[in-house]
Amino acid sequence: MTLLALESESLAKAIRRLILETIARAKASHVGSCLSIADILAVLYGQVLNVRSNEPSWLERDRVILSKGHAAVAIYATLAECGFFPKTWLDTYSQDGSLLGGHVSWGVPGVEAATGALGHGLNIGAGLAIAFKRAQALALRAGSSPAFKTAQASALRAGPSPAFKTAQPNPSGLHDAKDSSHTASQWPKPATPIRTYVILSDGECDEGSTWEAALFAAHHGLNNLMAIVDYNKIQSFGRVDEVLKLEPFADKWRAFGWHVIDVDGHDHAALLAAFEHAKTIQDKPQVLIAHTTKGKGVGFMEDDNLWHYRPPNSEQLVLALEGLNSEDEGYA
Amino acid sequence: MRNAFIEALLGEADRHPNLWLLTGDLGYGVLEPFAERFADRYLNVGVAEQNMLGVAAGICLSDTLTSANASGVDAFRCDTLTSANASGASQASQNRHSGESRNPGQGASNMMDARLRGQDELLTKQDLNENIVFTYSIGNFGTLRCLEQIRNDVCYHNLNVKIVAVGGGVAYGSHGYTHHAVEELAILRTMPNITVIAPGDPAEAKWAVQKLVEHPGPAYLRLGKAGEPKVHPQAIAATHGLDTPFVLFPDVSRPAVTMFSTGGMLANCVEAAKGLMQAGVTVQVVSVPVLKPVPADALQALLAQSPFVLTVEEHVQEGGLYSALCPLALALAQPPQMISACLQPHVIGKIGSQDYLRSLSGLSTEALVKTVLAFSRPRAGVTGRE
Repeated sequence: MTLLALESESLAKAIRRLILETIARAKASHVGSCLSIADILAVLYGQVLNVRSNEPSWLERDRVILSKGHAAVAIYATLAECGFFPKTWLDTYSQDGSLLGGHVSWGVPGVEAATGALGHGLNIGAGLAIAFKRAQALALRAGSSPAFKTAQASALRAGPSPAFKTAQPNPSGLHDAKDSSHTASQWPKPATPIRTYVILSDGECDEGSTWEAALFAAHHGLNNLMAIVDYNKIQSFGRVDEVLKLEPFADKWRAFGWHVIDVDGHDHAALLAAFEHAKTIQDKPQVLIAHTTKGKGVGFMEDDNLWHYRPPNSEQLVLALEGLNSEDEGYA
Repeated sequence: MRNAFIEALLGEADRHPNLWLLTGDLGYGVLEPFAERFADRYLNVGVAEQNMLGVAAGICLSDTLTSANASGVDAFRCDTLTSANASGASQASQNRHSGESRNPGQGASNMMDARLRGQDELLTKQDLNENIVFTYSIGNFGTLRCLEQIRNDVCYHNLNVKIVAVGGGVAYGSHGYTHHAVEELAILRTMPNITVIAPGDPAEAKWAVQKLVEHPGPAYLRLGKAGEPKVHPQAIAATHGLDTPFVLFPDVSRPAVTMFSTGGMLANCVEAAKGLMQAGVTVQVVSVPVLKPVPADALQALLAQSPFVLTVEEHVQEGGLYSALCPLALALAQPPQMISACLQPHVIGKIGSQDYLRSLSGLSTEALVKTVLAFSRPRAGVTGRE
């Protein structure tokens, strides 16, 4: 196991611990759905994403949309663990007046989009990806990073439309200094493309809007977009195969024009390799079909639909945390 | 109106480098000039309205600084709910995200600092040279088919998405009920953060496009089709505010009847008013393109000037212009008598031209004249209030 993998394993356990404590405290639901994606989030936030917890507004950050918004506690726990906001905020989860709602809420540092109604995230992600494609193309033309828009913003604040116009990308790469205090040459050369990651549930793939986005992203060759399907094979009422079959699932995505990567969604090294491989794909959006176990990490919750809704009581919480700790020893 | 719209949009796109146009595979013969001139910000998303609105939201979110300060939420809220403001990111993740010596929770603290510096210095999305996305489709398709995307993705996030629908009311009359937009004003008026505009003629449509580009946030623009009569003789100045309805026949003092019109009914109202004045009834016509936020003060003053008010709209009665004006009228010391001319339920499913379907609901010029005479004649000679 690499050093980095060790870090993400410990991050995953920290996330799981926060998930269990937060959901038990609030007597909330969806603990199984949250535990299912803890490893994916740990690898993403621990090793893959280009984000800054102390500067959530950084324009060139990678974007993550948790489209399966019912797993809100998982993303809140991850963001808190990574320092986007104090972990004490989790104590307020679902309380009167809290920022942290039962489904991913708008207004939380590090949250890119509010979700909860399924079948929205991939469409928003496709919009982000195509906007970044254009921004990058303009930046390349102008010889600046996508942050050229920050220069435009500064110019806009400085005055009305004349300054606004001077900050536009200029094919020559030159700007008249008297028109704007910022010139394209002041900005770094085009940096790593901004990538957008959208985490979907398997049940969410019942939604037609998800496949509208799949068509769109492939049509436009959005290789800066990656979908991650948390394929734990259980949805609200039962097994995916019993409710509405998705198989042959990978073939469906392939037929829609996506680059498909099948992976064990709890194997950190495999996840990391998959994320790195996805970055090399030139002409297609990528989908990571992450084979996961609902409730992963807590033996008595694993692969049991009961934990889609039931919160652990205080005794169950103790048992669950003990289970995580024993896993700690195993990893050590 | 759609031609006035695209003409105005081309002008705005010339001035605004990040103005996009998305269509749900409609607008043949209308949108091509935009597609040719601004190819990198024109998208035909196909027959997929849910995706169109989601993509529009995503484009707007791409230059959002962070959900926390874009939404203007109070970053203090959670801190005040917790007894301690302890931080505790694991060292590994802290190093990963923050580089050398960053403190967990500093992101949130930065926002608080920004708030403390005052609103002027707080970097909000309105400060940015931000993306503006217009979406284009026929009546119901770009509104009701994707209503949840409008509600959650666009309005909740308060994004700069301007939803444009052609065929407002029964403009696509002979195409049948599937193509009639007769309830969408009511439904969209209930959405948070949205501005709802139904221009009365091509000049109002052009003005509306200008106003929506300069006015941040979500909007719905209901257009007619093509060939609507021009009511305003000249272009409307961009300085005319969204909070100011248009008063036609302003020289009429103390009108006995005031007709309030929204959307494409304006021309019929003006013609009806001319007929009524020939019959000796003093009438003023008020065009109310902005149905949300309702320009309450201005409308209330106009409601107070006449004992009789007729509201005219190519929409069902529920949730439209009549519904918007009634609470304002009821708040007056002497409310006027309110009569509604609107689309009637029996029109649903009927096939025919726009004029035919309007006439079935009493929305023709002749019917409007009759309606006004029927309720104002018993008190002929009554004039407006001082």
